[in-house]
Amino acid sequence: MDENITAVKDAPVAEPKSHPVTININGQQHQLLVQPWVTLLDALREKLDLTGTKKGCDHGQCGACTVLVNGKRINSCLTLAVMQNGKEITTIEGIANGEMHPMQQAFIKYDAFQCGYCTPGQICSAIGMLQEGHATNREEVKELMSGNICRCGAYSNIVEAIMDVKEGGQYE
Amino acid sequence: MNSFTYTAAPDANTAAALLTADKHAQLIAGGTNLLDLMKENVAQPAALIDINNIDGLDGITTLDNGGLRLGALAHNADTAYHPLVEQKYPLLAKAILSGASAQLRNMATNGGNMMQRTRCYYFYDTSTPCNKREPGTGCSAIGGYNRIHAILGASDSCIATFPSDMCNALAALDATINVTGPEGDRVIAFTDFHRLPGDEPQLDNILKHGELITSIDLPKNGFEKNYAYLKLRDRTSYAFALVAIATGLELQDGLIKNARIACGGLAHKPWRKPEAEDYLIDKVPIKENFEAAADIILNGAMGYKDNAFKIELAKRAIVRNCLTAANLNN
Ligand SMILES: Cc1cc2nc3c(=O)[nH]c(=O)nc-3n(C[C@H](O)[C@H](O)[C@H](O)COP(=O)(O)OP(=O)(O)OC[C@H]3O[C@@H](n4cnc5c(N)ncnc54)[C@H](O)[C@@H]3O)c2cc1C
Ligand code: SF4
Ligand code: FES
Ligand code: FES
Repeated sequence: MDENITAVKDAPVAEPKSHPVTININGQQHQLLVQPWVTLLDALREKLDLTGTKKGCDHGQCGACTVLVNGKRINSCLTLAVMQNGKEITTIEGIANGEMHPMQQAFIKYDAFQCGYCTPGQICSAIGMLQEGHATNREEVKELMSGNICRCGAYSNIVEAIMDVKEGGQYE
Repeated sequence: MNSFTYTAAPDANTAAALLTADKHAQLIAGGTNLLDLMKENVAQPAALIDINNIDGLDGITTLDNGGLRLGALAHNADTAYHPLVEQKYPLLAKAILSGASAQLRNMATNGGNMMQRTRCYYFYDTSTPCNKREPGTGCSAIGGYNRIHAILGASDSCIATFPSDMCNALAALDATINVTGPEGDRVIAFTDFHRLPGDEPQLDNILKHGELITSIDLPKNGFEKNYAYLKLRDRTSYAFALVAIATGLELQDGLIKNARIACGGLAHKPWRKPEAEDYLIDKVPIKENFEAAADIILNGAMGYKDNAFKIELAKRAIVRNCLTAANLNN
């Protein structure tokens, strides 16, 4: 036996292997074989071709990658695909139901974007926020949407759009 | 990220055993700090042990002594919005909600929050020396850019600050931490958990490799009548604190009967000075007394090139926050 090989210390005890996971994405079951280091964001974009979810910073600092996991908004760049086994995930592609979601319609009505890069994350985040039910006024909407950065600075129209959906289209 | 193996632990004992067996293994909970550090190659675990599937660690339950137990896997958001936390421990709710973003708070767990690492820029930059990341290489922040760094309790080897907001409230509330590991269970007082850098800045706290935090216990007294949390930072949301103050007071007949002041952004751990809290007992809750208490807290504070402003900022923040707490229900 070659002593040099046995002398290698601190080698990982097991070889990294891919893991089978079953994830429900936008109402459809997907069976994937993922390497442990693949983030949910990368699995969505690169394995499932769901490129609506955007990668801005890849570090939890911008919100462009926001998706809903079991109804809760999270940053898909800071979780691993392998940790999502059995979860239900909604991405921007799954928001519309036959016709556009009211939040999508409101973003158009209020011109709540320029380049649109942050928009999928803004919309998923806004839907998640209204489901959470903790935002009662403009100030709270702003605070609870602070995890979504918009480099075009469409913030004021984004807040208008969200308030409109929150008030059931009755916002002025 | 480096390559690593992944195992979902079915229970706490298995997690602790897997961790104990491999000194390069690490637990993953919400992943919001660990994955960030792994992407920067600051953390390079050979094995990740996912603790999210462990039953019974995500609850929030009342204790017989009138206190409240927060599961280590309870999410920061679920903790902050829990009715009992909102009613009895509003200081904790407020501190948690001032941290990170709504998305991150939905992912972050209470155990992970306590274990989060410093945001020192050099710690994150593997091309620079850093004693915390690589012991013995030196500290780039001393003599470098150190605006966010410590003014209290720092050492010649590290001047990093501990960034958590939640932990400032837990320190003020005198929480205790329940831990399990290969040598059994133990309880750690919150203020003993995080440590000062000394000459071992690589150690943020006293948790041993192989140990797992299972829950955090809050004592009965939540200071819910007179409390305040003030976080000062470069933008009003979604930024770490430059200075953060958690205050809880008990007032009776116009006098202070009990005081807690824990400060974030100033040191390698939430900073509490019992002498300052004792000083306030039986005093009237006015500016002059809080100024004197602030002076005791900041005794020995030392600024570096870019962070000396924090000394005066902290003093004013302490005074303002204590006055807010004292006048909360007036
Ligand atoms: C952009 C951004 C902004 C942020 N802003 C703030 C802020 O303003 N204020 C603030 O307080 N925080 C802030 N945070 C930090 C955030 O609060 C932490 O990342 C989070 O609390 C970590 O929890 P987690 O469950 O995701 O931990 P993980 O990333 O899963 O784990 C972190 C560490 O804890 C260990 N660990 C996890 N659970 C346990 C356990 N039960 N027992 C023992 N060890 C355990 C892991 O092994 C790992 O070493 C911010 C983070 C980001 C990305
Ligand atoms: S302050 Fe601490 S963490 Fe930052 S560079 Fe110095 S040793 Fe590293
Ligand atoms: S890409 Fe996930 S937060 Fe920026
Ligand atoms: S619309 Fe361009 S970043 Fe928000």
